[in-house]
Amino acid sequence: MTSPAKRFDLPTVELETKPYWDAAKEGRLLLRRCASCGRAHAYPRPFCPHCWSEDVPWEQASGRARLYTYSTVFFNDLPPFNERLPYIAAVVDLEEGPRMMTGLVETEGVDLQLGMALEAVFLPLDDTLAAPFFRPALGKDTT
Amino acid sequence: MSRRVALAGVGLADNGKDHGQTPYGMLAQASRRAVAEAGLTPADIDGFGSTALGTLAPIDVAEYMGLRPRWLDSTAVGGSSWEIMAAHAADAISQGRADVILLAYGSTARSDLRNKLRTGSLDWGSRGPMQWEAPYGHSLMSKYAMAARRHMFEYGTTLEQLAEIAVSARFNAAENPQAQERTPITIDDVLSGPMIADPFQKLQCCLRSDGGAAVVLVAEDRVADLPSKPVWVLGSGESSSHVSMSQWEDFTVGPASVSGPLAFQRAGLTPADIDVCQIYDAFTSMLLITLEDLGFCGKGEAGPFVADGRLRLGGALPTNTDGGGLSACHPGQRGLFLLVEAVRQLRGESGPRQVAGAETACVSGTGGWFCSSGTMILGTR
Ligand SMILES: [Zn+2]
Repeated sequence: MTSPAKRFDLPTVELETKPYWDAAKEGRLLLRRCASCGRAHAYPRPFCPHCWSEDVPWEQASGRARLYTYSTVFFNDLPPFNERLPYIAAVVDLEEGPRMMTGLVETEGVDLQLGMALEAVFLPLDDTLAAPFFRPALGKDTT
Repeated sequence: MSRRVALAGVGLADNGKDHGQTPYGMLAQASRRAVAEAGLTPADIDGFGSTALGTLAPIDVAEYMGLRPRWLDSTAVGGSSWEIMAAHAADAISQGRADVILLAYGSTARSDLRNKLRTGSLDWGSRGPMQWEAPYGHSLMSKYAMAARRHMFEYGTTLEQLAEIAVSARFNAAENPQAQERTPITIDDVLSGPMIADPFQKLQCCLRSDGGAAVVLVAEDRVADLPSKPVWVLGSGESSSHVSMSQWEDFTVGPASVSGPLAFQRAGLTPADIDVCQIYDAFTSMLLITLEDLGFCGKGEAGPFVADGRLRLGGALPTNTDGGGLSACHPGQRGLFLLVEAVRQLRGESGPRQVAGAETACVSGTGGWFCSSGTMILGTR
């Protein structure tokens, strides 16, 4: 029996981030919002990066976002990305304010424009993990 | 105590394509050349800085060279680490904590890839903040490409303008016999090349080289004994921004927007006073955005600013006069090579690529993906 090739796309789930990854597996995107200053933040920390308050309850995000920028990647020799080329790396601004790194999917035939409306879609990474990606929210522009 | 600090010796290894050397060997070769050029011996070195090589940087390489320094630095914030360490070294010498500090770097990034000692794309891990990007394959190239796309969107910067940065680098490299790539290229050559991370074609991205570089900084008391013309540290600044791209507020503004003004203010100079620039160009967008951040033009104006050939030898702002990371040498961290070329220009010893009468230089290193910046202003007086 040969050991599987090392793959580079799996997050290391930590105690402080487990709620996020558990929710992603259920198709929900979580943020944390500071009860002290009111600002939401992502990626989630056990305190507010703006005011350092430790009162930061989890909150479910709408999954609606705007495309800040992207790049279609044609070179990456790390598995499993080397088998997916080309794919789209993106940075999006969530409706709630925070920015996140992600990938774009279901873009065939879509003229990608910065600022366009997106919606979260959850894709499995392996048998136990899933991650939020985004796809164009066509005809569902919420401006 | 407050002493002025000069760059007294600089050296490069036999850089470029695979010469069969080790990174330690290249670092030591450059160091021997820099120290000899400064008219010094290993016994004169009391401070040492290096990074990105060894288990306990900078000790591994200090040990390899038989040094036991009593001032150390191993700032590890990417390619800008060298401008930042040079600033720390200048402060230490100024305050009397050391008299002679050697900074040295070596890497065999090119032959390591060929010998399968590394991958082309780098593995940043998947713990802590890296877990938020692990699933998405944001390659280094794609991060710079995303910044370029945002700049194009906000300011109308064109791919042709970005390509001119690569064409200018190659133009300058033609006058540098040590440059890795010297064959002239056109904007069409850049734009018709293979796509690496859209909108970047291959020639918008730096070379992968083997290389070593070293710089010796000394206190003003030592300058009278030097065989070469001293180049003075006039001012410096450093700054950090983000590691996660999601934590970068504005992809059109890099960390040189902080380090640059600090360095100019401390030097008592402005961008208009600068004769020659050495600005980190791992990707064309890195140089484009950094030019604006340093104040050589306004925010959003760098596209038209570079399009007239301004960065070329003979242009209004000769930049990366050795050919830069795009054409001369890019072994992983280029920061120290920027200082070497700036010193040679200010000494007036650059032969066919000499900028006539150059008395001031702006050196600016960017680390990671606009994560960190170190800017240093150098002068002949
Ligand atoms: Zn807060």
